[in-house]
This record gives sequence, structure tokens and C-alpha cells, in this order.
Amino acid sequence: MSKRIGMEVSIAAAEAVALCRIDVAAVYPITPSTHIAEHLSSIVSDGKLDAEFITVESEHSAMSGIMGASAAGARAFTATGSQGVMYMHEMLPVASAMRLPVVMAIGNRAVSGPLNILNDHGDIMMERDTGWISLFAQNGQEVIDMIIQAFRIAEHKDVMLPVNVNIDGFILTHMVEAMDMPDQDEIDRFLPPFVPYATLHPDRPVSMGTFAGNDIYTEISKSKDAALINAKKTILQIWKEWEKLFGRKYEPIESYRADDAEILLLTMGSMGETAEMAIDALRAKGMSVGLLKFKLWRPFPFDELKKAVKGAKILTVIDRAISYGGPGGPLGIEVRSALYDESSRPAIFNYIIGLGGRDVTPEDFMTILKSSASQAKKKAMKERYVIYGVRES
Amino acid sequence: MVNRKWPETWQEVNPGCMVFEPGSASEYHTGTWRSQKPVWNNEKCIKCGICYIFCPEGCIHEGADGYFSADMDYCKGCGICAHECWPAAISMVEEG
Amino acid sequence: MIEIRWHGRGGQGAVTSVELLAVAAIEEGKFAQGFPSFGPERRGAPVAAFNRVDTKRIKSRAGIYKPDVVAVLDESLIDLVNVVEGLKPQGILIVNTQKTAGQIAKATGFKGHIGVVDARGIAMHEMGVSIANTTMIGALIKATGVVTMDAMKSPIDHRFGRIADKNMNAMTRAYNEIKIS
Repeated sequence: MSKRIGMEVSIAAAEAVALCRIDVAAVYPITPSTHIAEHLSSIVSDGKLDAEFITVESEHSAMSGIMGASAAGARAFTATGSQGVMYMHEMLPVASAMRLPVVMAIGNRAVSGPLNILNDHGDIMMERDTGWISLFAQNGQEVIDMIIQAFRIAEHKDVMLPVNVNIDGFILTHMVEAMDMPDQDEIDRFLPPFVPYATLHPDRPVSMGTFAGNDIYTEISKSKDAALINAKKTILQIWKEWEKLFGRKYEPIESYRADDAEILLLTMGSMGETAEMAIDALRAKGMSVGLLKFKLWRPFPFDELKKAVKGAKILTVIDRAISYGGPGGPLGIEVRSALYDESSRPAIFNYIIGLGGRDVTPEDFMTILKSSASQAKKKAMKERYVIYGVRES
Repeated sequence: MVNRKWPETWQEVNPGCMVFEPGSASEYHTGTWRSQKPVWNNEKCIKCGICYIFCPEGCIHEGADGYFSADMDYCKGCGICAHECWPAAISMVEEG
Repeated sequence: MIEIRWHGRGGQGAVTSVELLAVAAIEEGKFAQGFPSFGPERRGAPVAAFNRVDTKRIKSRAGIYKPDVVAVLDESLIDLVNVVEGLKPQGILIVNTQKTAGQIAKATGFKGHIGVVDARGIAMHEMGVSIANTTMIGALIKATGVVTMDAMKSPIDHRFGRIADKNMNAMTRAYNEIKIS
């Protein structure tokens, strides 16, 4: 039986990792993901989990370490954020190319410079093209659930790809709240022991991470792309199974009062429930608004997006990251691109919000929705994207 | 009929492009790259083994008599052994 | 929903207070949040920490700007930061002080209810330390009824082990000794 708990989300995340009976963790602690590593290391040193906890000298080594462990057949985990995930960058596309099913928790944090340790999605957006499955949690419960789901998804024989679980730094990592923690028996049933496709073993020689020239690199890249796209099917199956077992529903794009809405708001991560408050407040005033929340960022949920925006007149995309000099925030760019070929599509507005830990309130979303509605009447957004709330002289 | 070393299509690529045939690199004979070959003068050789240590191809072996020679299937003729051999027992000689 | 802002200095345990209170509320079957003012830890610097407690699921992850309750762990902060900023007029200000509610009203300009308790003196007497974070929870519970004193026992036990009883005693004394205007 699951147990209702009140604890910091990072501590719960580490407990969830322990429920998955990992064999190896290699972590270089970095704010705001530090408590995940700290607590996991306590669980191991207290003898509650039979695992190797490797205290590495850098995030590059943390990622390399768990990749090596995974190649040897271990279930392996790391946690990081911001500069840490950027320091791992070199190894991230290698992990996916080698089809190593490792799991990484990212305490999302703005990237330097200037130095900032608070939340935004700048770190993961820089890693978006590395071939990982990418999930976004909106509350502590989803952090627990997604970490456990991540191992099952990653290790599935039809997937075999690394998964990152995005946890908004401080906003979620440092939040004490109510969650349900599944028990060990439930997770043992849901997550069988890791059966690797192949392992590094002297008795069964195999070469991993070989050189590939221009005669084969294209085919390998295509096979990796296809694997990531194809992974969605399995993710959906596993989420269905999770819902059956635990009663909590997971969808690539979750919707809230969106069915008949003329104006849709689209968010990711921990902004989701705060945005629900704005939707409730505007609905109470008779505005036809609804909310979409991305939970699956990679593979990109094209079909779900097209379906979710059908009939809407305005789609307001909220980004918590910036693509300097680009055509919008990362989510805005991709949503525009995904809907470009649709014969009928909503007018798309793109707002960048909450950079470097700036607070995001329900009132902010209400202002943004009202502003989108009035601009849509004029049939044009003045700019391709707006950095919301920026002070101007 | 060409013996295919690589998957032809993307669908044939193993997950992770893993290679399950051990030692398959030995099928590639880098000896064909060679335009000069190393020749040992065992009168000068002091059996120090520095040629064996420095050979980037790992194709120099010690014989039963303690002298060294290169496996010509893999020797690229790079000349590092000759360069490193301080008693100057190895000279690079044109192929042909 | 009740929203609480705690003021303390880095190291005085404001974050521990919000965690203990949130866990107690959750164990009572309520919904709660406990979170620090986000950012680096700075020993001695003025810091704030926050609680939300409700009988329904809590949606907001925005900061707390209009608290119902403000608890001040260190009265010297009153000169440094505006501890009553945004505090609802019908809300309550709780201060660890030997002064009277009237003196605190004058110092802060707050016209609503004020609770005063010598939490530092209680903590010194009961635990031999001047850290009054758990003591102040008792005062806050009396002033707000946000959780029961019984609900605190399990999180305090879990957190403090063999010195849990001393903390409970200090908390209970503050519960009994707070004077509310």
C-alpha cells in the first residue's frame, strides 16, 4: 500500500530512486539537486540500499560513470542541474547513441551567466537535442512517479534510451508537501530487474561506442531518431499501466478545462497548477480559457498537440527559457513549427516568463491571457515573443 | 559478392550500433597502407623492447630468441619504431 | 487556506520550522507546503520561510505576498526588514520577544492582532540553547490553531530523536505562555 507522506520533494525523489533498487549512482552535487544526492548517499551508507554510490570529481565523470555501469548491466542513476548538466553535455548524446537506459533527475536551474542558482528551463533546453527522453514534473507526486516510470521506460526492450526527469529547482526540489509514496512490493511488481540488451563481459565480448564513418553515421542517426519517436508508444503503455496500478493518470499533454476553450494556455513543469488557478479565475469571469501542460517533451507529442488545440482560436505558449536571437522560446518555436502545416490552427502567442527564479503568479497568467485575447482581436502580436515582466525604461 | 561489414539500411543497425563479433578490427589489414617497412639489424639490437612499446599498431612481437619483428599484415610503416630505437637497429626500407 | 511567513536569520531554523509544521499538517490529513526563500544559504542573514496549510489540495507555487500570519524568530529583524509587509490587517503577527504587544505594535506599525512570547527565554530554560524555532511553533499553534499540538509530536520525534521531549516541552510552554492582543 502506498503511504501518504509529507517531506521535501528531493528527499522523496531519493526514496523513489531507492525503491527502484538501483545498482549504481554517480553524482557530483550541485544546487538545487543536492538534497537528492545527499539523501540517496545516506540511504546507501545506512545499508538500506545495496548500491555503489560513486563520489565523482565532476558531472562529466558522473555521466560517464553511470554510462559505464549501465553498459556493464547495472541500473544506474544520477542527479544534476544547470552547469552540471551542461558539463555532462558531451556525454549525453553518447548515452543515447549507445542506447544506455540510465536515468537522470534534473533540478532545473538557470544557466550562467550571470551566475544564478534559481529555477528556469534554460539547462534542459540546451540538452534538448541529445536524444534523451525528457519528462517534466509539475508537483512532488509526479517527481516520485516519473522517476520510477523513467527506469521502466528507459529499460524497456522497445526503448533502450536514457531518460531525464525535470524537476523545477527550489520550487519543487525544496518544497515540503504531501505525496503518496508507493511501497517496495508495488514497485518490485511494476519494475522488474534490469535485463540489458548486451553487457560488457569478457565471456561474451561486445564492442560498444565504436567509430562510424560517413558510410554508416547517417543510418545510425536515423535509427536513433526512430527509436526516440517509437518510444512514445511504450511510454503511453507504461503510463496506462501506472494509472491502473496507482490511479494517477499521465498523458503527454495534460489538459485542464480545455475542451471547449477558445483561448489556451500552454505550460511546462511546476507552473501547471499555478496556471490552473488563473484559468479558474478567468472562467469565473466568463472567459473561455483552458490549459495544456506538456509532460512529455521528448519525444515531442505532435499528435497530442494537434488534437489538443483543435477548435481553439488562440494558443498562448509559456516558455521558461530563452533562445537568444531565435524566433521564440524553445517551446514556442516548436509548437509553432508543429502546427505550421495544419490548415486550421490557432493564433500563437509566445511569452517568456520566470527566468532565473523570478516568481510566477496566477495573476501573471491572467494578465498574459487577457493580453493575448486583446492582441488576437487586432489580429497581430506585436513581437514574435515577449519577455514578460521585464523592466523597461 | 561483397562481404558486407556494415549494416546496409538504418533498420539493420543494432541498438547502439554494438558489434558482437569480437576482434573484428583484426580483419582490417592496415599493412596495405605501408610504403616503407622496418628492418631490424639484430647485431645492433640490445633487446630493450622500446620498438614493441612504442608501436602504435601493437604489431611488433618478441621472438623466442628475444629479438623483435613486425607483423606485416598490420604494420603501417609509420617508422616510429625506427625513430625510437636508440641503438639505431631499425631502418625503414622502401617497399617493392 | 492559511498562509504563514516566518522571519529568522540563517541558522535559526526557520526552514526547519516550516518543514515540521507542514509535515504535522500533512500527517493530520491536511494539505500543506513548507518552503524556504529560495536561494543560497546565508548564516546570520535575514531569511524568510513559508507555509501554506489547507484542507484542499494546494495549487499555487507562487510566493506568498499577503500572509495571514507572520512569525518572527528574532526580534532584532524588526529594525532590518519590514516584517509586516503584506500582512493582512485581520492577520496576526507573532514575535519572539520580552516586550509587550503594544511595544511591538509601535515598532512595526501593525494594527492587527499581535502575539508575544519570550521564546528565547523558554528555549534557554528548557533546552539550554537560544534557538527558538520549535518553541515558536507552539506559540503559532496557539495563535492560529493551524494544527494540533499532538500533531507535532511525530515530526519532532523524527527530527530530534533523544532531544525531542525537550523541544516538545519548550513548544508546549510557548503554547501556554503566548500573550495575544
